[in-house]
Order: sequence, then C-alpha cells, then structure tokens
Amino acid sequence: MYVIVAGGGKVGFYLSQNLLAQGHEVLLIERNSERVTEINESLGAVAMAGDAAEAATLVAAGAPRADVVIAVTGEDEDNLVICQVAREKFHVGRTIARVNNPKNEHLFRMLGVDVTVSQTNHILSLIEQAIPEQSFVHLLSLRHEDLAIVDAKVSETSAVSHRAIAEIELPANTAIAAIARGPRLIVPNAATELLPGDDVIAVAHRDQEDELRRLLV
Amino acid sequence: MKIVIVGCGRVGARVAALLDHTGNDVSIIDTDSRAFRRLPAGFGGETIIGTGIDEDVLRAAGIEDADAFIAVTNGDNRNIMAAQVARLVFDVPEVVCRIYDPVREDTYRRLGLTTVCPTTTMSAIILDHVMHDTGEEDAVRGGVA
Repeated sequence: MYVIVAGGGKVGFYLSQNLLAQGHEVLLIERNSERVTEINESLGAVAMAGDAAEAATLVAAGAPRADVVIAVTGEDEDNLVICQVAREKFHVGRTIARVNNPKNEHLFRMLGVDVTVSQTNHILSLIEQAIPEQSFVHLLSLRHEDLAIVDAKVSETSAVSHRAIAEIELPANTAIAAIARGPRLIVPNAATELLPGDDVIAVAHRDQEDELRRLLV
Repeated sequence: MKIVIVGCGRVGARVAALLDHTGNDVSIIDTDSRAFRRLPAGFGGETIIGTGIDEDVLRAAGIEDADAFIAVTNGDNRNIMAAQVARLVFDVPEVVCRIYDPVREDTYRRLGLTTVCPTTTMSAIILDHVMHDTGEEDAVRGGVA
C-alpha cells in the first residue's frame, strides 16, 4: 500500500517506522524542514518538507495514487482539512485523522473523515483500565458499528452471580465474549456459570452499555 | 441580525464595527484578548476569548441563534473547520469563510461553502490597475482567468 502520513511529530514518526517495517510504501510530510532532515537520517529518505493541506504538496507527494492518507499533526483543523482535501481533490479512498481534542471526534466523522483516532480518549481509557477496583471498564470502541468492548467485574451482590449464562437475560445487542477468572480465560457456553470476581468481557451496543453495567456489576 | 465573527484581525474587527454600527447584534471571538483593541471605542457587540473551532465557545457566542457566521482568522484551515461547524452542526443560514489558498478555496466552494479568497481578488485588482496603465489588460487577464 502507498500511505501518506502528514505530521512528523512523535506519532507520525513511529507510525511511519511501523508502516515501513510492515513493508508499506510511506511518504511523511512535515512542515519543519529541520525535522524532515532528522527523520530522513533515521528512517531513510521517506520525509518531505511541506504543508500537507496545500494541494501542490499533495501533488508532489503523489496523492492521486495514495491508498491511505493519515493526518497526525497536533492541530485538529489541519488534520481535518488534510483529510478533506485528500478525499475531495485527490479521491484518496481512505482518510484517517488524529483528533487532539476529544470533542472533535464526532464532528470529524460528520465531516467525512473515515476513521478518527483520539489519543486523549485512548490514554484516558488506558489509565482507567490501570486503576484497580474499577468495576466496569470501557475497553474499546468499534466506531462504525457503535459497538464497544467492555470489561465488567461481577460482584457478590450481582444479580447474575452463580447463574449460568443461559439463565441470564442480557440486554439486546450484547454478547458475553469471554470470562477472565483469576489466571484463566474462559470462552463461555450457555452452561457456564458466572462467579463473583469474574471479569466479564462483553460486546455491547453503546446504548446498552449502562444497562449491561447495572445487570452485571 | 445576530452575527458571529471568528477572528478579530483587521478584517474581522472592521466587519464587526460596521455591522454593529448598522444595528446588528454582533459577537466576535478571538484567542487573543489583545486583538479586541482593534475594535472602535463604543463597540456595542460582545467579545469572547476562545477558539472558533470549539463548539462550547461558539455556543457562548450565541451561534445557536445566529443568522450569519463569518470566519476570518489568519488560518485557512481554522476558518474552514469553523465554517463547517457553523453550517453543519449549528445550521447557521449564512456562513462566509475566508481562505487565502486559491486551491483550497476552490475545493471548499465546490463543497458548498461560501468562500472569499483575498489572494485571487487582490491579484485581479492589482493587475487591473497595472495593466490599465500599460494597455496590456486583456492579454494578462486572459492568462489569469
């Protein structure tokens, strides 16, 4: 695949390094020419200096034949415009934007960016997962389907504890995917009984997350 | 009319002053409070410190009731994003966006934004003056268009 990465900060650098290691053709566009020199010294000649929101830069970068454009600068407005120009002017099939302000995530999707990556939200959720005694943790959002993967700890007082999965009335659009019991990971069947202290990994529609929380925790 | 302006530079401040003077309800947003010094004494509108791409800042400026929205910060991308937020999130009936880069201006005009490109406008005016004096007007303007 030919991938254009816009923004040569830490995210752009490590992303490019990774994509190159996977055998993809990568071009990194970075505004600061000193930074371009630094990047080229460590990754080989993959970076070019320029403003990725400028059509002329994207032409020079060969945008019309790019499979993916990934905008990871520190400015949301730049990431948005880079993706929109790539899509509208150069018909790039897939555009991915880093969202710095989590408030803009919804907006980017409204404005036609295919995928948004909010590092702030990711870091927050990682911290949340690392805090012990959290009884219900949102592990991952599957944006396009509005699905989430969640981890719920079954308590002593939970209505579902000591009950088999077949007996539990789960909310619509939810499924129990796995149960972490101490060091063991169990792929459950209808007869599997939930015990206090189990970590239930479930797939849930975002609207059902709260209901699932009330049921399990 | 209720009008929200983002960017209190020379153009933003002047447009705000003119609209305020003619009896409109004006709110002007800028990230730098010093920018508001460009507004004339007796300016009756509201000034808001913040970025025009933040929905909460725009709400504080009264965008939900706005009849018109004008994006004239010095960043093309910021103007483009602010204008799209005004149009798509808040359904402001009249949205005008300044874009210096002619190519980006063309792209977003095609996408339905009302755009103003000072680069092409100014170039045409300057060439008009220069070529008028030398009599080469038609030849050069033909090349520009």
